[in-house]
Amino acid sequence: MNLDLLIAIFITVVGASTPILIAATGELVVEKSGVLNLGVEGMMLVGAITAFLVVFLTGQHYLAIVLAAGAGIATSMIFGFLTLSLSANQTATGLALTIFGTGFSALAGQGYSARPVTLLGPLFPAELATHPVLRILFGYSALVYFALIMVVAVWWFLKKTRAGLILRAVGENDLSAHSIGYSVIGVRYAAVAFGGAMAGIAGACFPLLLTPQWAERMTAGRGWIAVALVVFASWRPFRLLAGAYLFGLVMTMELYAKAGGGPLSAIPSELWAALPYLATVVVLVLISIRRDASTNAPACLGRPFLPSN
Amino acid sequence: MTITRRNILKIGGAAAALPLLGSRAFAQSEPLKVGFMLIGTVNDNGWNFGHATGAKFMKDALGDAVAEPTIVENVPEGPDCERVLRELAQSGHKLIFATSFGYGDYVIKVAQQFPDVKFEHATGYQRSDNVATYNARFHEGRAVCGTLAGHLSKTGKAGYIGSFPIPEVVMGINAFVLAARKVNPEFTITPVYISTWNDPAKEADAARAMIDQGIDVIAQHTDGPAALQVAEERGIVGGFGQGADMSAFAPKAQLTSIIDNWGPHYVEAAEAVIAGTWTSGDRWPGLKEGEVVIGPYNESIPADVVAAAEAVKNGQIDGSFNIFTGPINDHTGAEKVPAGVTLTDAELLSMDWYVEGVNPPA
Repeated sequence: MNLDLLIAIFITVVGASTPILIAATGELVVEKSGVLNLGVEGMMLVGAITAFLVVFLTGQHYLAIVLAAGAGIATSMIFGFLTLSLSANQTATGLALTIFGTGFSALAGQGYSARPVTLLGPLFPAELATHPVLRILFGYSALVYFALIMVVAVWWFLKKTRAGLILRAVGENDLSAHSIGYSVIGVRYAAVAFGGAMAGIAGACFPLLLTPQWAERMTAGRGWIAVALVVFASWRPFRLLAGAYLFGLVMTMELYAKAGGGPLSAIPSELWAALPYLATVVVLVLISIRRDASTNAPACLGRPFLPSN
Repeated sequence: MTITRRNILKIGGAAAALPLLGSRAFAQSEPLKVGFMLIGTVNDNGWNFGHATGAKFMKDALGDAVAEPTIVENVPEGPDCERVLRELAQSGHKLIFATSFGYGDYVIKVAQQFPDVKFEHATGYQRSDNVATYNARFHEGRAVCGTLAGHLSKTGKAGYIGSFPIPEVVMGINAFVLAARKVNPEFTITPVYISTWNDPAKEADAARAMIDQGIDVIAQHTDGPAALQVAEERGIVGGFGQGADMSAFAPKAQLTSIIDNWGPHYVEAAEAVIAGTWTSGDRWPGLKEGEVVIGPYNESIPADVVAAAEAVKNGQIDGSFNIFTGPINDHTGAEKVPAGVTLTDAELLSMDWYVEGVNPPA
């Protein structure tokens, strides 16, 4: 295996990991505030069709990313209204949001499946972006760097800022946070909106970063991988980063192994496809064995906030 | 028409009154209702788009003799398709096309409960009195594509993105490489199965994995244009449109396309049901009948290569050439089909071995 090939594999892994990482970073913040939004897949699809349509109609890739984030927020607000204002069951509402996003994006995308668009180009100038070695650092579009910056930003926000502390407090003990005067619902709305924006941008990665077209259900389950990844990372941003690249590596190495032959190609496709989920199950088992402070799951995760009870 | 609970009740009531009228009277007074069950969406620009186009062709050709066709999309290959089949049958559809391989067991099961409904299962192999199977000889088109690949590939290595290793896919891979090796005896092909019919990002990544490892022609058996777009972006020799012309996505990289043309078969089947002459059986037309069509060749292909591809195409149309005529060796080099012997349809439909030149997957 030569250097060129290793670089090529790395670049493909980065591409495959990026949408998962962005969506999971958003979901991590949502879950840290005590809300479980299982509608990531649906919000990603709404983001994907929005980004596709904007690029198709205007050719503006950055506008497409911004509007995909907006569409993600709008979709997440349906979830927010039902679960936060009306205290509906978060699991059921999240599942419904995925079904809604799938259907809505299919409706909005009708008639656009035979229309190619263009990918978002590399951020850095061509001398760096296409350099045979340096492209491993500079050969990506802005979305890839955005994903990395957001991981650091979320870590800093949760760990180092007062607002992050409040968000974590709301997720760990909503009644206490409420009793000392913080708006639990307000904080959770903000977190859900952030998760929606990130899921929308993650969806935008599909037409802008991976395959420049619109296809119904084109996220093909990666929203669920993002949800699994948050648990896999036990709600820690840098573990999330490592996990996303690990999941991306697993998804990509399967294809390289099969196309190139060699010992790895003996592993059946079905096992490769199951590996991210198997890894998550293993992590869940490990977490439940070490049932102490290190589990790190927000104590109020998935519980509606009902102060009158 | 949409299937709602109310509609089903209404139609159920009509069906209950049916024996009083006699089915012949029904056939004459009411347009035939035809249902289509698809695994994906009609907007995939590939396999499902082809069936939906066929349904529209049928309606246009037969006019008032058939009702607006009912197309149910995104039906998974599992227990849910049994429910869809039953709802279609109960709501008065007398001819139902199930257009994916994995529906087979469920079609047979539901068909037993609705003996007066005719079912046709695409790419299947199980039949009964009211279940026919139909398919198109896509491998004939693959032989044309393989001929192009043999002439044009510089590395002599092709990749083949497959969904699942079912006979339909295996025979396409085999036909492709047999044709390519008639031109370039060193030609090899590597199948990569991605375990899904529709995951464009994974198809694109599979194409990247192939191109990064020296493959310069990509064929695919999945439904979308994602791999072709990567081929276009990377500037390799090219690939092939699957199911429909995909040149809009890859004007330079699409060498040609294999176009599904189901319309004439759907007209024929609907006419047979209306006339009461429908019988079960297996229908497997190809290039000759126009059910498989080779799209336009890319302008960049030299004229002598196009002529070679056309010769393979025309040979299959007039019957002088069959890609599965021996001698054919399997991937280990052992002779599988002796010289002069042609594989039968039954042997093709149960094909589970790769010919020489295929790097077999695990």
